[in-house]
Amino acid sequence: MGVAVSIDQVEKRFGPLRALDGVSLQIAEGEFFGLLGPNGAGKTTLISCLAGLARPDAGRLTVMGRDVVADYRAARRLLGVVPQELVFDPFFSVRETLRIQSGYFGIRNNDDWIDEVLANLDLTAKANTNMRRLSGGMKRRVLVAQALVHKPPVIVLDEPTAGVDVELRQGLWQFVQRLNREGHTVILTTHYLEEAEALCGRIAMLKQGRIVALDTTSNLLARFAGHTLSVRLAPGAALPDALRARATEKDGFWHLRLGGLAEVEAILAALRTAACAFDDLRLTQADLEDVFIGLMQGAEGAR
Amino acid sequence: MTGFRTLLYKEVLRFWKVGFQTVAAPVLTALLYLLIFSHVLDRHVLVHGVPYTAFLIPGLVMMSLVQNAFANSSSSLIQSKITGSVVFVLLPPISYLEFFLAYVVAAVLRGLMVGAGVLLVTAWFAPLSFVAPLWIIAFAVLGGGILGAFGMIAGIWADKFDQLAGFQNFLILPLTMLSGVFYSLHSLPAFWQGVSHFNPVFYMIDGFRYGFFGVSDVAPESSLAVVAISFLAVSAATLAMLRSGYKLRS
Ligand SMILES: Nc1ncnc2c1ncn2[C@@H]1O[C@H](COP(=O)(O)OP(=O)(O)OP(=O)(O)O)[C@@H](O)[C@H]1O
Ligand SMILES: [Mg+2]
Repeated sequence: MGVAVSIDQVEKRFGPLRALDGVSLQIAEGEFFGLLGPNGAGKTTLISCLAGLARPDAGRLTVMGRDVVADYRAARRLLGVVPQELVFDPFFSVRETLRIQSGYFGIRNNDDWIDEVLANLDLTAKANTNMRRLSGGMKRRVLVAQALVHKPPVIVLDEPTAGVDVELRQGLWQFVQRLNREGHTVILTTHYLEEAEALCGRIAMLKQGRIVALDTTSNLLARFAGHTLSVRLAPGAALPDALRARATEKDGFWHLRLGGLAEVEAILAALRTAACAFDDLRLTQADLEDVFIGLMQGAEGAR
Repeated sequence: MTGFRTLLYKEVLRFWKVGFQTVAAPVLTALLYLLIFSHVLDRHVLVHGVPYTAFLIPGLVMMSLVQNAFANSSSSLIQSKITGSVVFVLLPPISYLEFFLAYVVAAVLRGLMVGAGVLLVTAWFAPLSFVAPLWIIAFAVLGGGILGAFGMIAGIWADKFDQLAGFQNFLILPLTMLSGVFYSLHSLPAFWQGVSHFNPVFYMIDGFRYGFFGVSDVAPESSLAVVAISFLAVSAATLAMLRSGYKLRS
């Protein structure tokens, strides 16, 4: 598999602010890649540099091997970007918008593909409606459609599901996953971490313009999270001291982080020995949100 | 080529869909100027041996043409910048030259439409001749091109509508009003004649008028040279601005 996107030591400053502070990243063809991070981390700035909307102060970016500055026309032809901001051209209908966007990419007579995209985004009924008359979620779907008119090998979605209803979100992901299976590389930013966990094979976490984690989703989950055993004690019961030392209390439960599942047996034995009765017992696997929070707090010292 | 053609088509559609405001309204404005000034002055004045109303018409045509060429590219760019829809033309693989040409050609087309409209409604009021039609076309196209390109610079530079309005009211309007639309330069005191020679719009209108009556303040060849060089200079500046990404790509 070749390299779809290569980002090498990219820096971008806005005045004194280092929006991107030496970001390096390679994304292989066919990946479904997640770009996560809190507000202001630099996700959109990185995408803007990739799309030529912003010019990096240092570093180099390529799309399918084409330099986004030196060879900008080739690079842009290979890239489809769904911008984060909800923008539209009020002069045109949905179909006009998509035909015009096709023309910008040098494609004429694109109606078959336009119809397919419209159908997949559940927009067929709105094809001849003026953009001004669409609801916010529908406008966002048109933004997705606009990014796909030229069937770009690399698709970048900057928070495509913000303000989109559940049903369409499912539909959108099915469509994007299909494109991914057909070989399109997908890069996604989202604040819905379940979404990223379910969809992305690999994830980069960005914080204050730096990458603080870059790994496969399953590795991130395993490395940072593991399992937690939570117990709610019966009234009057007290946790044995040995366990109390490593537990945290929250919402009426004592939470014990496990090094491995084998620890469950030892903990239960300790409870039994101390004759400590409990009302409820839960074993949970931490999700990406825990990883995210852990990383964002922990990475403070890394700067 | 398809990229350029589509962007041009979009730009033309943009003003044509609101043609009442972008074409009909300026034609009406020009007609009002003609009615007022010719009513006041026609019986008393001959300019270069031409009745005043006839003299006025080419000036009004050219003034409307260039003002609307400027308005077209500048308002399109600032609007799409403010609404954010400018990304739709920044993301595709459109070259700087294609981008430039699409906006300028659309601006020239709107200018020509308005100019033709003004000519059509005013021609009834005075006997017009068309001595040198090629000169008429050359000055119309180049004049529209200069102001269309200048409109791109203004639209890219301005961050708000009132900055653009300032541009329009304090630069474009005085330059066009004081360019000899309403008078021959020879009627001015020597000092103001000298000042007017630094106004490129003066040469556009003088050369344009030559195409109608075969008389002018300055030799039409000189006017054409000034206008052509102005066009090249403004175009080069606009292209340099686009290439640098100034205010369009952060
Ligand atoms: N054009 C700009 N001028 C000045 N500062 C900017 C500009 N664009 C972004 N920034 C700053 O750069 C930083 C990164 O912004 P960016 O939009 O990339 O964040 P993000 O990760 O996309 O956040 P969000 O999740 O909120 O979309 C922020 O501090 C932002 O204020
Ligand atoms: Mg963002």
